[in-house]
Amino acid sequence: MPRIGVFVCQCGNNIASTVDTAKVAEEMKDMPGVVYTADYKFMCSSPGQESLKETVKEHKLDGIVVAACSPHMHEKTFRKACEKAGLNPYKCEIANIREQCSWVHHDETKKTGTIKSIDLTRMTLERLKRNKDLTKISIPITKRALVIGGGVAGIQAALDIADGGRDVILVEKEPSLGGNMAKLSETFPTMDCSQCIMTPKMVEVELHDRITLYTYSEVEKVDGYIGNFTVTIRKKARFVDEDLCTGCGDCWNKCPFKIDSEFEHGLTKRKVIYTPFPQAVPNIPVIDKENCPKIQKDKCGACALVCGPECIDFTQEDKIVTEDVGAIVIATGFDLMKNSKFAEYGYGKYKDVINGLQFERLASASGPTAGEIQRPSDGKVPQSIVFIQCVGSRNEEKGVSYCSKICCMYTAKHTMLYKHKVHDGQSYVFYMDIRAGGKRYEEFTRKAIEEDGAMYLRGRVSRVYEKNGKLVVQGADTLSGSQVVIEADMVVLATALVSRDNAADLAQKLGVGYDKHKFFSEYHPKLKPVETVTGGIYLAGTCVGPMDIPESVSMGSAAASKVQALFSADMLDREPITAEVAEATCNACWDCVTACPYTAIDRTEIKNRKGEVVSMVARVNKGLCTGCGTCVAACRSKTIDLAGYTDEQVYAALNAF
Amino acid sequence: MKFKLKNENIASEFVAHIEKITGENAKRCYQCGNCTGGCPVSFKMDHGPCQIIRLMQMGQDEAVQEANSMWVCVGCMQCYSRCPQGVSAANIFEGLRQVVLRKGEDHQEIEDIPMPLLKGAPQQALVCGFRKFVS
Repeated sequence: MPRIGVFVCQCGNNIASTVDTAKVAEEMKDMPGVVYTADYKFMCSSPGQESLKETVKEHKLDGIVVAACSPHMHEKTFRKACEKAGLNPYKCEIANIREQCSWVHHDETKKTGTIKSIDLTRMTLERLKRNKDLTKISIPITKRALVIGGGVAGIQAALDIADGGRDVILVEKEPSLGGNMAKLSETFPTMDCSQCIMTPKMVEVELHDRITLYTYSEVEKVDGYIGNFTVTIRKKARFVDEDLCTGCGDCWNKCPFKIDSEFEHGLTKRKVIYTPFPQAVPNIPVIDKENCPKIQKDKCGACALVCGPECIDFTQEDKIVTEDVGAIVIATGFDLMKNSKFAEYGYGKYKDVINGLQFERLASASGPTAGEIQRPSDGKVPQSIVFIQCVGSRNEEKGVSYCSKICCMYTAKHTMLYKHKVHDGQSYVFYMDIRAGGKRYEEFTRKAIEEDGAMYLRGRVSRVYEKNGKLVVQGADTLSGSQVVIEADMVVLATALVSRDNAADLAQKLGVGYDKHKFFSEYHPKLKPVETVTGGIYLAGTCVGPMDIPESVSMGSAAASKVQALFSADMLDREPITAEVAEATCNACWDCVTACPYTAIDRTEIKNRKGEVVSMVARVNKGLCTGCGTCVAACRSKTIDLAGYTDEQVYAALNAF
Repeated sequence: MKFKLKNENIASEFVAHIEKITGENAKRCYQCGNCTGGCPVSFKMDHGPCQIIRLMQMGQDEAVQEANSMWVCVGCMQCYSRCPQGVSAANIFEGLRQVVLRKGEDHQEIEDIPMPLLKGAPQQALVCGFRKFVS
């Protein structure tokens, strides 16, 4: 006969106001197998836990039911208390009589709440009687991390993990590290030059003993589970031998073919063999396969002729590398929304209508105009610039519903950069709200208005058209209630930040969630902001949603600290609530294999003594299994059962109802 | 209203002059509307205090001078006492009136004020009236 104790918690008045806890305890007393019952004000308090431990020892209990709040809240607490009292922690079960009972019943006579609590507790009791002792699963950890994305968030994560003494593999799809931040001219609100603060970090990554850098590479496939991932990386052919290249630049100087530069957002050209920008890390060029006449039709080859170390190899092919890692940080960054959605602003039609990142390049000392603000059409210095904020942001009909968060600040910065470079120039900003939440941010935008004289107009622009060589901007200022027409020399659109094109693909490869905007989902938006639902995979930077540099860097560091914490132990404990296959009855239909969302079920051979394969059965990988129970529902022969939630237990609970 | 905004508007000399004689900076105003909200007479104005400042920010000199607002203002200074940005709309109105009065328009001689009014009006009204109409 089992010896079970039932503890009913009053949770102050949370439970006691609609449930007669003493009566619940009293009812449980006569249940077969129950040797002790009690009700208590706060079971989760230290005295509550102490009395639980004492009772377990004193009455030699072999199982306990705590009728209290949701197991999400204190299951861990009570199981730990049991463990300390020498009882297997999985012999402690929670009956939720708060969230699913007392909180939803408002019967002051306590009648309904009490009856329901008794039912719930009795059901849990019957389930508990069939509980087995379970032990945590221990799995080994590969103490190397993969960071996907070499922007500022990824760089920070990689450096922090590597500085903590763990090996890191950093994968970047572009030919150089740097991401979007490397494109910026100055950064708000301190106006320090972006490249000046970014390039030292890039170089630090390149020189770090513990970081293996794969640029011009992409993650193809991810297998495995927390602590034990196997990652397949495609190293795209550079057509340049990375070991031999000295980065002298003879090849790209010689190359006669010019293509719109992606890094400069089409404001200038680059060669077909190129590094994206002068401070590229690594300073090794790549050949743009699609546009190289030598590769496409065996004509030219000038770069190879001038290359001193003879490192150009037109026959190079993509390489596939596999790496074993224990944790993954996703830091894939953002893109700008395509402005073609907003034809009324004339982006693409008028050369002098540009986006925010293009303005950054115009203002950057390393940009196409060496930092001089010149309009793209004729190179003239604009005497007036209209900045349009919220292009696509906060526009549910044509764009995205969210606020892109950084545009208010960078537009204020743009007006300041413009004023500092063109003293007699006038900037106009059409805004919806000035969202300057952040340290020294509000002061910054006020400075742009008060000291640098930016004219802020509250309203949207409805159209931009060309007339007599000027861009006529027609909008509204709702503060004065007037229609406003401005003849400008240039227009800058603060376009919405959006997720990367392939974000959904990557999310599916990694088995992490994403929202309707294809931004990766955090485990919990407040309390687990860098974790994903998949153990061992963490998030950093703008792949989660729009954010500024300080936030991205903080997230990079936060993700790194999570990785460090994971790597601090040699073995990883996992909950033993996993699926189990009774191999004797498995008929190898593989429905479970198809059903499992975590690819945790494999096909395994059963061999006889002679080593001949006699049958095939399903086998659960305990490291991957999350105990979701999908396979149990799918299994036709009732071969799979979930430890802690076996069919026997569930039926027993239902029968007790 | 429809404005054609030009660089010259933003660099309006008229607005610069008002700012100089009043010591106020119209650009400081971020249009929260507290001045207009608290003003005891803004309901009688063509444009409330914050809107007058908005028109100044946009360099709309004529609209500012044409509005009756500066003449309706009683100079109670509530606008200034509440302004989170330290802008005094009352001061600006004072400055606007000075500019207009010094052109010789709307100027009142004390002798022209009828005795019964001088005798009957509360002192505060007289002080305010003199400030407003006697340059």
